[in-house]
Amino acid sequence: MGLTGLEIFKQLPKTNCKDCGHPTCLAFAMAMAAGKAGLDQCPHVSDAAKEALGAASAPPVALVKIGTGEKEVVLGNETVLFRHDKRFEHPTGIAISVCDTQNAEDIAAKIAQINKLVFDRVGQIHQVNLVAVCNCSGEADKFAAAVKIAVENTGYPLVLISEDAGAMEKALEIAGAKKPLICGANATNYEAMTALAKKYDAPLVVKGADLNDLAAVSEKVMALGYKQLILDSGAREANRVLADQTQIRRQALKRFRPFGYPTITFVTNEDPVQAVVDASVYIAKYAGIVVLDTADPADILPLITLRLNIYTDPQKPIAVESKIYEIGNPGPDAPVYITTNFSLTYFCVAGDVEASRVPGYILPVDTDGISVLTGWAAGKFTPEKITEMLQNSGIADKVSHRKVIIPGGVAVLSGKLQELSGWEVMVGPRESAGIPSFLKQRWNA
Amino acid sequence: MAVTIAKERWTSKVAEVVLGTEPNAVKIGGESTLPFLHFEGEMNNYPKVALEVWDMEPTEWPEMLTRAYAGVLNDPVAWAKKCVEYGADMVCLTLVSAHPDNKDTSPEECARVAKAVADAVNVPLIVLGCGVEEKDAQVLEKVAEALSGRNLLLGLATAENYKTITAACMVHGHNIIASTPLDINLEKQLNILIMEMNLAADRIVIDPSVGALGYGIEYAYSIMERTRIGALTGDKMLAMPVICILGQEVWKTKEAKNTTEEAPEWGNQERRAILWEVVSAAAFAQAGGSLFVLRHPESLKQFRAHIEKMMRPVTY
Ligand code: B12
Ligand code: SF4
Repeated sequence: MGLTGLEIFKQLPKTNCKDCGHPTCLAFAMAMAAGKAGLDQCPHVSDAAKEALGAASAPPVALVKIGTGEKEVVLGNETVLFRHDKRFEHPTGIAISVCDTQNAEDIAAKIAQINKLVFDRVGQIHQVNLVAVCNCSGEADKFAAAVKIAVENTGYPLVLISEDAGAMEKALEIAGAKKPLICGANATNYEAMTALAKKYDAPLVVKGADLNDLAAVSEKVMALGYKQLILDSGAREANRVLADQTQIRRQALKRFRPFGYPTITFVTNEDPVQAVVDASVYIAKYAGIVVLDTADPADILPLITLRLNIYTDPQKPIAVESKIYEIGNPGPDAPVYITTNFSLTYFCVAGDVEASRVPGYILPVDTDGISVLTGWAAGKFTPEKITEMLQNSGIADKVSHRKVIIPGGVAVLSGKLQELSGWEVMVGPRESAGIPSFLKQRWNA
Repeated sequence: MAVTIAKERWTSKVAEVVLGTEPNAVKIGGESTLPFLHFEGEMNNYPKVALEVWDMEPTEWPEMLTRAYAGVLNDPVAWAKKCVEYGADMVCLTLVSAHPDNKDTSPEECARVAKAVADAVNVPLIVLGCGVEEKDAQVLEKVAEALSGRNLLLGLATAENYKTITAACMVHGHNIIASTPLDINLEKQLNILIMEMNLAADRIVIDPSVGALGYGIEYAYSIMERTRIGALTGDKMLAMPVICILGQEVWKTKEAKNTTEEAPEWGNQERRAILWEVVSAAAFAQAGGSLFVLRHPESLKQFRAHIEKMMRPVTY
């Protein structure tokens, strides 16, 4: 169980040198006791202290890695229950499953579909993370054959789902070098599964029939000396999964060791829409991995977006650099758009300018990364700041006209802006999606 | 190995708000736990869903949405009946036409429409103004009077116009939506101001201003979690149920509006748009939303099916 702040403090150098980012050793000790700091952040701590603080200095949710190379999935190191306390660290891995009862072409076709689930959002690439191969047939050879197809057709790490150690052994002969997630161990097969996990140095799912059983299996595997674990409480109904996920996270933060690992959840709802909604609950509530059957982009895009939102840092908005962005190959008569440097805002506008097929210049004003209306309400998106950008960015040398388009939501700025900047201000549509039709009607008209 | 179940001992709960009149009253709030954690507290009232009705025909709604209300979009009474047919717990009448940029409809005319809608359906009514604070105060005052005693939910009351709306709710027996822009301190402060005028806590519903999935949902999500934790730990000024006026946010996103042809890489629009609305709602249900204003009848159906599942008790 956890140590108190004072117990930790006793082991620290007490020099208050601030190298850990905390004002004093005591403040650092308190943060550590609350699970919000790790001992490795203090560079001066003695080996004796490290030893004494051992378990308490380890993160409450262990760091576990699946796969190799650039698509490696990293989970764990979580320290809180609520994202407003501190950013959630490692986003839920989304795994899409294939069954070894499908024929070879169907498996390959579904994997091709999974590989295509890549979305560009706010200038970043977002994708699913894992392919899960299920031993639905119960036969070792079929399982191995399906795993082989998966290895040959995708770069994503695999989740190998079978409770038959013999089947797992065959599958690992094919895929073991790539550190797949072995899924997994239960009360009866854990010795054989743990031996396989050790042999391939691959992470292992431990499954219980319920929380008590899970704790028992997890302890037994840890007693065998293996700690690259992922937890499955056995729950499959959304209400039960929520309760179990909450318990596991709470217990981990209280340093109940058998639960100090990331989790895996399975969506088994037979209604395809409800299945996606269940997955959204698991993403919001602590799942390390969510396994689902669908590879339909209409199902996956909302989940990937929710994951992005839940796992963003609540303290800092994502911003783009405030400078001239050229969309297409704009010439001296191309339109000039003003927006803010909140990256969501900028990328909405950039996408719609691109969709208009008219090359243009976008000038995101530095609003500390907040949106148009928020920036306006906070006094960070003002006629003065826009004027400054028009004058100092060099846009006046790039275009021969003096016309600037502002977001419709801040139409009220236009009078003052025109006066200050000397540019003719055109009030654009409220939503940037209206830019293409606005251009047709108003630009060069 | 027996696990000692970690249960929080919450000391307090969310106020229960009753909307509408018997036998058709609807109750929201009253939770004494974080959402759906039935093992440590009570959640007696299902989260409720209202469908939105406008007093003028919307011009920018995507076709897949207007199709669900074909033939009734220019008739708020018929539209409201359609919502009830679709199974809505409540109807949310939005008086969009009152906006000076629209028809600048008079408060008297707005009240007449609200009364006609209220008389036509047996579910409780939410009445929202057009978003211009001063105008909304005038409009909602008239609506409150015309529907005196019907126990409506009126909004949005903001720091600018809450006085008139609160007074109208007190005199005519209605409930208020206290709306603030994503800031827990402003949220708390507005509740204090309204309660200082002697409107009871169980007559207030919090609107934290929500964003859709992909468009700022995380901010409201965290404000709502903090609000619920505040309520459970005894902060009376945060202990009100939360309304999520979500349809208007969802149906302006590209992900909901773009057709299958426009965005083939995002999959079928029907599936994607409904999921955009339902996943947004499900996330807010996890954060503590008690009342949801949605637009598509299929979203209502799917969200309710989800809620039914989450409401099944789990014990340890
Ligand atoms: C998320 C959010 C926040 C987040 C900020 C997130 C961020 N990084 O910006 C937080 C919680 C921090 C926040 C704080 C505040 N907020 Co705020 N917030 C919102 C919310 C929910 C969504 C904003 C958003 O991200 N929208 C998505 C982006 C993409 O929209 P956008 O930038 O406007 O861009 C769109 C259009 O403007 C247009 N567009 C953009 N650029 C261009 C350019 C051209 C040329 C064209 C044609 C179009 C165009 O297209 C884009 C896509 O449609 C809105 C309410 C809502 N549901 O919209 C309130 C809202 C914007 N906030 C508001 C307020 C008042 C505030 C605060 C001042 C409140 C306070 N606490 O005092 C603070 C200020 C913070 C500060 N001091 O820095 C008000 C603004 C009221 C008004 N009309 O002026 C709103 C509208 C809420 C409300 N209903 O009252 N907020
Ligand atoms: S870095 Fe170590 S010694 Fe320095 S203040 Fe932090 S805890 Fe103390």
